[in-house]
Amino acid sequence: MTQPRIRVPSQARKGEVIEIKTLISHPMETGHRRDTQGQLIPRHIIHTFTCTYNGAEVFRADWHPAVAANPYLAFYTVATESGRLNFQWIDDDGTVYTAEAEITVV
Amino acid sequence: MLSAECAAEEFSRGAGGDQTVGWNRGLHGHERRFPWLVAIMSIGIGCAGAGLLTVDEHSRYLVDGRRSGYTYLSEENQRLQDDDFANPGLLWVERGRELWRQADGAAATSCASCHGDAADSMRGVRTRYPRFDPTLGKLINLEQQINRCRAERMQAPPYPSESEVLLAMTTFIGTQSRGLPIDVRIDGPAQPFFEAGKAFFYQRRGQLDMACAHCHEQYTEQRLRGDVISQGQTNGFPVYRFTWQTLGSVHRMFEWCNTSVRAEPYPQGSDEYINIELYMAWRGRGLPVETPAIRR
Repeated sequence: MTQPRIRVPSQARKGEVIEIKTLISHPMETGHRRDTQGQLIPRHIIHTFTCTYNGAEVFRADWHPAVAANPYLAFYTVATESGRLNFQWIDDDGTVYTAEAEITVV
Repeated sequence: MLSAECAAEEFSRGAGGDQTVGWNRGLHGHERRFPWLVAIMSIGIGCAGAGLLTVDEHSRYLVDGRRSGYTYLSEENQRLQDDDFANPGLLWVERGRELWRQADGAAATSCASCHGDAADSMRGVRTRYPRFDPTLGKLINLEQQINRCRAERMQAPPYPSESEVLLAMTTFIGTQSRGLPIDVRIDGPAQPFFEAGKAFFYQRRGQLDMACAHCHEQYTEQRLRGDVISQGQTNGFPVYRFTWQTLGSVHRMFEWCNTSVRAEPYPQGSDEYINIELYMAWRGRGLPVETPAIRR
């Protein structure tokens, strides 16, 4: 269920501002809720998101327990050169979800 | 539970609101008090650049006075539902698409082995459920039909009720009928079940002694705390519900409603819920399938 969805334009003009959209399935359990037995449900969230463009970091976000389940994130970057965008979501339990996309800059 | 307490309070005072319910309601109050909030929401959700829907486009969600839950949403949430990328329900559709082709069970078959391309074979299916099944001699809903296929054709264990896999498959099959009008049969052998469902709708229940009809017929379009009570149409199910922070079936919604009037809910998949599911579907006949819809 944790295959992330990403949307990156496949082609862009050099210097163009492009929008990138991401969506990932995750419970984002806050750690503040209790179950029916009154026991605290342990925190389980994605705490860091990063995006690198040909190896250089262009966007990073630290997430906290108030971020809703199945986080959707849209952000912008400048299309500088053809290459690859890599996305990383880092989970509390150490899991790293990844996705990548190619972009051609003309 | 809290909402149920307030429901009682609201009803005892009488629901004498005088506000007009318009398409663009919802936003204005926030605009006045939290202009920055509106700005952030526009950045977050409105970035697709989708234009506002016109009244004509809305009319497909309004059929002979039957009003889809879509029309009670704020514009931002309507855009979220319409955007096939941002709509989180699409996560389940994608999962269902994978499961559709995945062989399972002792027979090592997949849904696709029998049904081929879901876009053709499953088109319109969601509009007809629940339907009367001659072999079982009673109504079955889409979830039960999926599990029947799994048992009989695939020799696979049933998907548990409200599991991610069952929701994914139901949503995937449902979305193949997106935009098609709900068209369930209530005549012939289905009629007694329809009547039972109708009786359930008007039956008072729970400590608050309220029937479905109180909220979803008598007091529809009036305020319940900060919200407007909808007609309770089911054409969008399974829906991604913000209250749940996840996708849920119509039976989960029935459970939620029953618990809210402090009634003991029936189990999911029970005959009582299948009957009311048919009655609710008929109440929304002609409304387009919106699976997976966004609801609050």
